[in-house]
Amino acid sequence: MKPAPFKYIAATSPEHALALKAQHGDDAKFLAGGQSLIPAMNFRLARPAILIDINEIEGLAGTRSRAQAVGVGPLTRYRALQRSEGFTQLFPLIGEALPHIAHPQIRNRGTIGGNLSHADPASELPAIAIALRARFRVRSAKRERSIEASEFFRGALTTDLQPDEMLVEVELPAPKPRSGSCFMEIARRRGDFAIVGVAATVTLGERDQCAEVRLSLCGVGETPVDASSAADGLIGQAPSDQAIREVAASLQGLIEPGGNVHATADYQRHIAGVLAERALQTACQRVHDGH
Amino acid sequence: MDTDQHDITVSVNGVRYTRRVESRMLLSDFLRHDLALAGTHVGCEHGVCGACTVLLDGQPVRSCLMLAVQAKGHEISTVEGLASRDGAYHPLQQAMHDHHGLQCGYCTPGILMTMTAFLDENTSPSEDEIREALSGNLCRCTGYQNIVDAVMSAAMRMRG
Repeated sequence: MKPAPFKYIAATSPEHALALKAQHGDDAKFLAGGQSLIPAMNFRLARPAILIDINEIEGLAGTRSRAQAVGVGPLTRYRALQRSEGFTQLFPLIGEALPHIAHPQIRNRGTIGGNLSHADPASELPAIAIALRARFRVRSAKRERSIEASEFFRGALTTDLQPDEMLVEVELPAPKPRSGSCFMEIARRRGDFAIVGVAATVTLGERDQCAEVRLSLCGVGETPVDASSAADGLIGQAPSDQAIREVAASLQGLIEPGGNVHATADYQRHIAGVLAERALQTACQRVHDGH
Repeated sequence: MDTDQHDITVSVNGVRYTRRVESRMLLSDFLRHDLALAGTHVGCEHGVCGACTVLLDGQPVRSCLMLAVQAKGHEISTVEGLASRDGAYHPLQQAMHDHHGLQCGYCTPGILMTMTAFLDENTSPSEDEIREALSGNLCRCTGYQNIVDAVMSAAMRMRG
């Protein structure tokens, strides 16, 4: 047997799952897609005493449209979003990032809630959640609260989730009119963890000046990095090539990549600037193309 | 640490099996050891190589990243179910043979399961689409070209 022994419980409802988590706390882990948790258990890096399987709970997967926002259930699998043309048209940034997440077999199984709760800093979705100003609805047996994406990620593989809490919905505000977005990533091979990934969104005003610019990165720190402040100077200005180059240079000064076996910190910083410049240019272009 | 046992009924290639499994039994090990369906190969056992790919309710997944107990009530398809009952190869199996799409053959069951499911969804794939679909399966012998050729050829044959 690869994993260490554990007790397995298939939860039958969100209330059942939350009651079990309240009872067992950090001794228990939720099992969603398992595409990060099971490998860690196979290596015995993770040795939870109890696994609470949420896969058979009805109603945790799928998207719900509301006024000005879409709620994504935590058990929604990457592949389901890729297949949903309506969703990827509304959130092209997510549609563009999904093919970078591992491989088809992993995307068939891996879930949105599992990814975000796992909080791998090299993963694409946490950075995208920050760029899109997602809100995370979390529940425990006793209470429910909402957390901004920018407040959710606390460290490598660490979130604001308490031992008795579960992420029950990701709420994505609908993009504003005259918005464009772009996701770009460099990895050793397609599907590998990002050496650097950049998500950019741009909203233009009536005179084509920048009304809002969001920039976030994955792979360059202990958490996804919100680098939107690098674009502060662009607000109210036309997104000229020169202005965008200045944003990229400012972003390079803002981040503190740690380097890894595949890339030095200097290389990561360089690539972050290159990708940010290209992603911003592309996002601006897409406002006009109606992408 | 506590462990526990679960009684599960799983359908594999249309045959129902009822077995008692320990919680920590991986689906890949269950297929190979408990059901003696050793066509599903186990390579890295952490979701990188793709050798253990099987279909879960028709969709390719890593059987090393799933617990056997999670397969309860679901339909699994493995490489043993690809050929027809009279022993005739699936068109992709035949094409892999014809195009020399395997050498040592270790990765082949995972590639067959991944790509037969892909061809069911995409009957006229481009070479790029095939390479993207194949990206989660490692092959250390062929350099992939002959596998891509085989999938192209199988797609053409299956279109008739």
